[in-house]
Amino acid sequence: MLSFFLILLSAFFFTGVINVTKSIYTGRKGPGILQPVYDTIRLFKKGSVYSTTTSFIFQIAPTIYFSTVVMAMLMVPFGQSKGLISFNGDFIFFAYVLALGKFFSIISAMDTGSSFEGMGASREALYSMFAEPAFFILLGSMALLTGQTSFQEIFATLHLGSPISYALAVLASFVLGMIMMIENSRMPIDDPKTHLELTMVHEVMILDNSGFDLGLIQSAGMLKFSIYGALIVNLFIGMFPYGYTIPMFFAIQFGAAVVTGTIESFMARFRMSHNAQFIFALTSVSLLIFFGVLMLLGKFI
Amino acid sequence: MKYTTIVNNQTIPVSQIPEIPYDAFFELNAGFVTDAPELHCVNYFGYPAGSKVKLICCMADDLHHVIHVSSCQVHPTDQLPSLASQLFCFEKFEREIHENFGIQFTGHPWLKPLRYAHNRKDPGQTIANYPFYSIHSEELHEVGVGPIHAGVIEPGHFRFICNGEQILHLEIQLGYQHRGIESLFLSKTRLSERVQIAESIAGDNVVAHTLAFAAAWESLCGYKPSPMLESARTVALELERIAIHTGDLSAACADIAYQIGSAVFGRLRTPVINFMQEWCGNRLAKGLIRPGTDQYPFTPELAQRLAEVLLRFEPEFIEMNTELFKMPSALSRFERTGTVSLANTTAIGSVGLAARASGLSRDIRSSHPYAGYHTLKHEPIVKRHGDVYSRLQVRKQEVPQSIGYVRELLKSMETSQTVATPPGTPAPGSLVVSLVEGWRGEICHCAVTDAGGELLIYKVKDPSFHNWMALAMAVRNNEISDFPICNKSFNLSYCGHDL
Repeated sequence: MLSFFLILLSAFFFTGVINVTKSIYTGRKGPGILQPVYDTIRLFKKGSVYSTTTSFIFQIAPTIYFSTVVMAMLMVPFGQSKGLISFNGDFIFFAYVLALGKFFSIISAMDTGSSFEGMGASREALYSMFAEPAFFILLGSMALLTGQTSFQEIFATLHLGSPISYALAVLASFVLGMIMMIENSRMPIDDPKTHLELTMVHEVMILDNSGFDLGLIQSAGMLKFSIYGALIVNLFIGMFPYGYTIPMFFAIQFGAAVVTGTIESFMARFRMSHNAQFIFALTSVSLLIFFGVLMLLGKFI
Repeated sequence: MKYTTIVNNQTIPVSQIPEIPYDAFFELNAGFVTDAPELHCVNYFGYPAGSKVKLICCMADDLHHVIHVSSCQVHPTDQLPSLASQLFCFEKFEREIHENFGIQFTGHPWLKPLRYAHNRKDPGQTIANYPFYSIHSEELHEVGVGPIHAGVIEPGHFRFICNGEQILHLEIQLGYQHRGIESLFLSKTRLSERVQIAESIAGDNVVAHTLAFAAAWESLCGYKPSPMLESARTVALELERIAIHTGDLSAACADIAYQIGSAVFGRLRTPVINFMQEWCGNRLAKGLIRPGTDQYPFTPELAQRLAEVLLRFEPEFIEMNTELFKMPSALSRFERTGTVSLANTTAIGSVGLAARASGLSRDIRSSHPYAGYHTLKHEPIVKRHGDVYSRLQVRKQEVPQSIGYVRELLKSMETSQTVATPPGTPAPGSLVVSLVEGWRGEICHCAVTDAGGELLIYKVKDPSFHNWMALAMAVRNNEISDFPICNKSFNLSYCGHDL
């Protein structure tokens, strides 16, 4: 229950912090930290415009997308406290409930019949496909290490064995951080700021969405950031009391947002054909964690 | 003699240009271009002469600093063999003549409409029924972009044929920006109106186009501008180059999502264009150049201000470039992206920056010097690879070079004083060819006067005219997501092409 409110709270600030970081680096005053929230509220007050070439799929997809993200959010634990939904194997459910949302956003993009949105959809599908093994090998390794199969139990028992697990947690946070960038279509995979429809991934898929629907998609994006940030936090806080973990949660979330803003200021986006390679390379980092776990458990060599 | 040879900005009587039959005209001009990259067609146009059409072809020889002008008369109903069937650099010129007069060029690869001039021969050909090249295939898909774009840019339609993410073919359809510039030059008879039209040909090339017009007009009137005035105009032209090149580097950074580069280059451009505002009251230098007069004298105070602006500009520009061109993620986007080979560049008659990036040294500043370039001894910056990286490198190196020229001019300008004598009236029955190297490349203005000294025809050729084809070549076999950065590396003008 605690994680639900913490994630909700940090979601309000996450994108704002990224924008402010980018503004500071370029010497601009920039918008306030809550500006993305105001923008989303403004969108919620508006009506939606639907193209005549679209079917009901286009109209229900944003709602499904948003609800899958909320569903995923309910499953994220916070240290010793469970998420609202918790059962054995819930991390598999977590991944596929997000995939369901993504599936609907892809077919809703295809539904518009626009060649741009088709390209965006194919890119998004490819990248999610490549990111999937990284996520499952990572959490599979964690499950193997702890002997547990639910998020909360994995995170709670992660560091009981040996302090080497912290090294694995650092590697794991890199993988999760990168998956966070891919899932949210941020740099260096995708450029959220661009106006060039030919180079977009996520932005081009939602070109036809407007008003309330767009608001749902935007707020789902903010929540997603916060969800992945919360997973990273969970890799480290299993052992500590709330007095430490709650400030740590916000510090790590803030740090993740600042790092995102820094990456987006100081490097260029990858060439589109290099993205697939890059994302697939994350799997090898996950495999590194897997072998690390095997060595820890003495099952290797 | 089959042709007349003139130099840049030289006025000659039209009667001096020999009229030869089309066969000989064809042989002559095809012979000029074949296997001679130093010769290129700067303008090829027709204008009505009674019931016939008079064709004039201006061929610039970069090596000998001269322009060969030849002419012939044909009937609008004639079927003529197409020069473009052998030499692709004539492709657009023939399409234009076909569109305006209905002359059929047999063997032309695609005699499609060019810019939908209001007074075109066949009003049935409209922008809506443009005959696009298409492929019928299950695997390939077409992507149409524009004419309304996501950014604040001009209208133009791009039709891609793609295999997945890979571009196989790009066809660029323009004409949305047609304003009838060339006919406006004839219908507006006051010089003040005409010079404003010249300023409006392309908003990012104000100095270059106005300078081309002013030079053509002054040559027709037999007016010789003072050295001070010529130096001031050259300073303005180089400042325009500095400002737009810097802005282009900023835009290239924005396209690859490199935020710092985009912000820093964007900021650096501002003091340069703000200086133009201080000088003439307009950041794009509108109003600065007027034929035969010095509206805004370049005072010693301005010279000092400019020296200060450039002193602050140069180190920061170089520093940002050093950062940009050593960053792996940026280089990975620039290098080997959008390559145009030297062979293709020469074949399509590419000019200016785009040609120089592919190893073809075409620069009017050194090949056909005008204004202050007689004394500056310009050395063109030439790169070999023809990719986005080369085009950005040309910009990166031309800016410090231009700053050097401005400084050199500032030194020589302190002594001379401006004397304003108004120009007379244009010489009757004459032709003038005025070439100027704008930041994008060679600009050619051609004027022909009638027996009364009034303009009979005024032809404008912007560098974009040839270079749009270079863009279509550049993106072949590239990823479609790299199209924006390829496009930005050329940064061509829509209105300069559409006129």
